[in-house]
Amino acid sequence: MIRFSNVNKRYTGGYDALVGVNFHLAPGEMAFLTGHSGAGKSTLLKLIALLERASRGQVVINGQNLDKVSRRRIPYIRRNIGIIFQDHRLLFDRTVFDNVALPLIISGFSSNEVGRRVRAALDKVNLLRKEKSYPVMLSGGEQQRVGIARAIVNKPPILLADEPTGNLDPELSEEIMKLFEQFNQVGVTVLIASHDLALISQMGHRVLTLTKGKLTQDSGAS
Amino acid sequence: MAKQQREAGRVRDSVSPSDRAIRTRVRTYLLRHAQVFFGSLGRLSKTPFSTFMTTMVIGIALALPAGLHVLLQNVQQLSGGLDSATQISLFLKTDTSEPRTQEIVKRLRKMSEVRQVDYVSRQQALEEFTRLSGFGDALKALDQNPLPSVIVVTPALRHATPDAAERLLARFKLFKEVDLAQLDMQWIQRLYAIMDIVQRGVQILGVILGLGVVLVLGNTIRLAIQNRRDEIIIIKLIGGTDAFIRRPFLYSGFWYGFFGSLIAFLLISLAVNALSEPVAGLALLYRSQFSLSGLNATEVVLLGGTGILLGLLGSWLAVGRHLRDIEPT
Repeated sequence: MIRFSNVNKRYTGGYDALVGVNFHLAPGEMAFLTGHSGAGKSTLLKLIALLERASRGQVVINGQNLDKVSRRRIPYIRRNIGIIFQDHRLLFDRTVFDNVALPLIISGFSSNEVGRRVRAALDKVNLLRKEKSYPVMLSGGEQQRVGIARAIVNKPPILLADEPTGNLDPELSEEIMKLFEQFNQVGVTVLIASHDLALISQMGHRVLTLTKGKLTQDSGAS
Repeated sequence: MAKQQREAGRVRDSVSPSDRAIRTRVRTYLLRHAQVFFGSLGRLSKTPFSTFMTTMVIGIALALPAGLHVLLQNVQQLSGGLDSATQISLFLKTDTSEPRTQEIVKRLRKMSEVRQVDYVSRQQALEEFTRLSGFGDALKALDQNPLPSVIVVTPALRHATPDAAERLLARFKLFKEVDLAQLDMQWIQRLYAIMDIVQRGVQILGVILGLGVVLVLGNTIRLAIQNRRDEIIIIKLIGGTDAFIRRPFLYSGFWYGFFGSLIAFLLISLAVNALSEPVAGLALLYRSQFSLSGLNATEVVLLGGTGILLGLLGSWLAVGRHLRDIEPT
């Protein structure tokens, strides 16, 4: 589902964020990406979401070599990837419902379908009662769950999360991670960047460790 | 037979759902457009003051050339009546006898192209010249009257336009008694020439102000894009195409152009209204039925269309220029 072959990323200015990274994440697999800040976790996720392009090597997502994707095709690739950000990235002038509905509106779903799917997604993150609220009225954990609902609402095969529990207390963090496990159980490939080592080891999934841009440890196999 | 019916039924079933799906897609597409269309209007109404300022600037920029156009149209209408002032002077050869001259006058009066014929004899011409020029004494020194007799022909209205009058002049020149035929419409031609220049000036002004409208709108939309930077980034992150992001800004440009031309129309109507009474008063002093006319239906549509087109163009340029700069990181 996600395959990195000898991937290098050098930013302008000569900084090497990733060096010779190789790994393969099978469909339906769940993995954590860890390492110190600056180790290249975010860069790796950015390459998958086409926010950056690899300097060398190949990134293949869902059978598609991202090297060959033109600028115009990027939106369609991103529709197959749900992304969750540490800072949630919600639209504060729109209700929870409208925030979650946005990916569906973009893809041209009918109003009936939008209503049905948004409520299903909000139900999954336990926020059905808050659909008419605005993000400012919600707690940090609730905002993060809105972000998750938006990422899964159009049922993408891949879910990426960049430090999704960065600002949450341990209890809430665990709750969020359990949510990711649930999506993984229905077949979604999940890759989570996190430095919460205690929580990661507790979950018992595959762990990829980056050190200064190199993949130094890969607990799982494939 | 039954099998055939079943198959036909299956074919119908397999067609109608996809048919319905297409119809739903089209309806959804139109609905989303309508939502963005009116949504962008709603967004403009959230900042009434700045929206009003921008549309006012556009309205004034459109009203200036359009108003001058209206003024020019009225002057043209007024000068249309001046064609009746066209006259052709026929200077006869000095050896033409008096009876022969009368014959020519009679012949001219019978022509359908001619409205009026005035005859000035050599003697009358001399008297007039003496009276008006002050060179009377000099003429007395001559032993005979050097002035020719003149027939002044006023063409019928239909033949008073510059072209028709020229044709008439060419015919008169063929009369063998006519020494010189001259068209007295130079000042009308000059007026027309001046109006041509003014019209050209209005066109140039229109192009310049149109460019101004595009730039003002481009800047307004640029600011709107910057204000919604975060939103654009998020939409790009979750797979929104450039067309999707562009849409609300283009519709904003449409609305700015629409309301701008509406304001221009109101400004011109107000001006025409305010001027019509004094103009009618002035016309009455000249015993004229002239009254000021405003924009006609075609011109109103043209004004609106121009405004909307310029609005779309301005926002298109701004969006094309600035949307690419905003990329999620």
